[in-house]
Amino acid sequence: MIEIKNISKSFSGVKVLDDVSFTFKKGQTNLIIGKSGSGKSVLTKCIVGLLEPDSGDIIFDGRSFRGIKTQGKKKIRKEIGMLFQAGALFDSLTVEENVAFPLKMFSELSTEEIADRTNFCLNRVDIINKNDLFPAEISGGMQKRVAIARAIAMNPKYLFCDEPNSGLDPVTAIVIDELIKEITEEFQMTTVVITHDMNSVLEIGENIMFIYEGKNYWVGDKDSILTTDVEELNNFVYVSKFLRQFKEKL
Amino acid sequence: MFFHIGRYTTMLSFLFVRPEKFSSYWNRLIEEIIQLGIKSLFMVVLMSAFMGAVLVIQTASAIESAWIPDYTVGFTVKQTLILEFCPTIISLILAGKVGSNIASELGTMRVTEQIDALEVMGVNSIGYLIGPKILGSLFIFPVLIMYSMFFGFLGGWALCFLTDIIPIEQYLMGIQSFSYENYEYIRYALIKTVFFAFIITSVSSYFGYYTSGGALEVGRQSTKAVVYSSILILMFNVLLTQLLLS
Repeated sequence: MIEIKNISKSFSGVKVLDDVSFTFKKGQTNLIIGKSGSGKSVLTKCIVGLLEPDSGDIIFDGRSFRGIKTQGKKKIRKEIGMLFQAGALFDSLTVEENVAFPLKMFSELSTEEIADRTNFCLNRVDIINKNDLFPAEISGGMQKRVAIARAIAMNPKYLFCDEPNSGLDPVTAIVIDELIKEITEEFQMTTVVITHDMNSVLEIGENIMFIYEGKNYWVGDKDSILTTDVEELNNFVYVSKFLRQFKEKL
Repeated sequence: MFFHIGRYTTMLSFLFVRPEKFSSYWNRLIEEIIQLGIKSLFMVVLMSAFMGAVLVIQTASAIESAWIPDYTVGFTVKQTLILEFCPTIISLILAGKVGSNIASELGTMRVTEQIDALEVMGVNSIGYLIGPKILGSLFIFPVLIMYSMFFGFLGGWALCFLTDIIPIEQYLMGIQSFSYENYEYIRYALIKTVFFAFIITSVSSYFGYYTSGGALEVGRQSTKAVVYSSILILMFNVLLTQLLLS
């Protein structure tokens, strides 16, 4: 479980996050949704420690991230897996080397054990016989799956996915969504997915936070999001004329 | 300017953080020695040979006089190559090749979030990415400069062999003359090279690592890396020459 308490963040006097609080639940896919520029990615970067919030606290299973020293932060970071928007696979390493990278850096496993664990993770995301290819030689969907394999290689407690479906066709996007949901339940991780894709929201949204102009505007799940009265959220969910007509029929 | 100096110094301080795993850093060091040094060897050899040949032509035409012995050409070529051309000119050329390579590599890693990925994993990205580049260059650049000196002399020798500009014996006599001073001059050249290696890799890494934006910015940062590295090399060249030779 991750609790964020009263997080605020400004850039050059412009407030991007304003007193945001939320609890991401263990074993669930927690979603942060909102328009582009609403502060979703900044919030995620604050949670994983890539940005320092101006105020507030982030608590990983009772451990305050802001109140601890570098070594403690490093320990928590080793429990975090992250899937970046474009995959962020290392160009110079093969698929297998990418997945094995955190294991080689942080584990005391033998070469054979690392190879076994790497193959297990790759098989789990249905990447078969691609070990020796470089990221540039596989498709965008495969890159995302390899990135998921790398993210789960160290058995993380917390998984962050920054717009996992961006740039993917709807079919592949659903496959990635389902994979994230399955892995979350299987490994009982606290998963946080940042998205503005309504397909994802309706597919995997168990615990959803809607951010609007840097504020936590609404909290709910995939069922309640369709019937909400919050105007800003309705404008986000029912963005097309077709969907607005659908809403009127509900 | 003070902002950049402060951030550059902070970046360097992260190089002294204890590595997560020494074996991974050792592998990176070997990779960087190959990438920055061995892959530049052919270019260094080729340019040095041509520099040596041109120096022979220019020196011979400049001091054409019955009163000045021919071996002066060899001596002048030797002094020029050891003291200035090999350490400084080759370093400037390496600033162009290696500097832009480093800045664009790190810049691309930054804009594609690969550096963020390392940080989230808990890897000291500066130590892991930049440390081996600096260490590798400090080791391999002096080796490259030694090769440059040798092939510079060889280029001059080849020109004398192919033309009758001066007799080969006279050229070799000039190269071998005042040999008791050579050790001191080579030491001076190698000390300069170590400083230049540090400037090239650290300045280029700085510009690459702190890239923000997209592909256009990667290109801009690469250009800045080469320009600032070259200016700093020339500035430190004056300073080091004054300190070491005066």
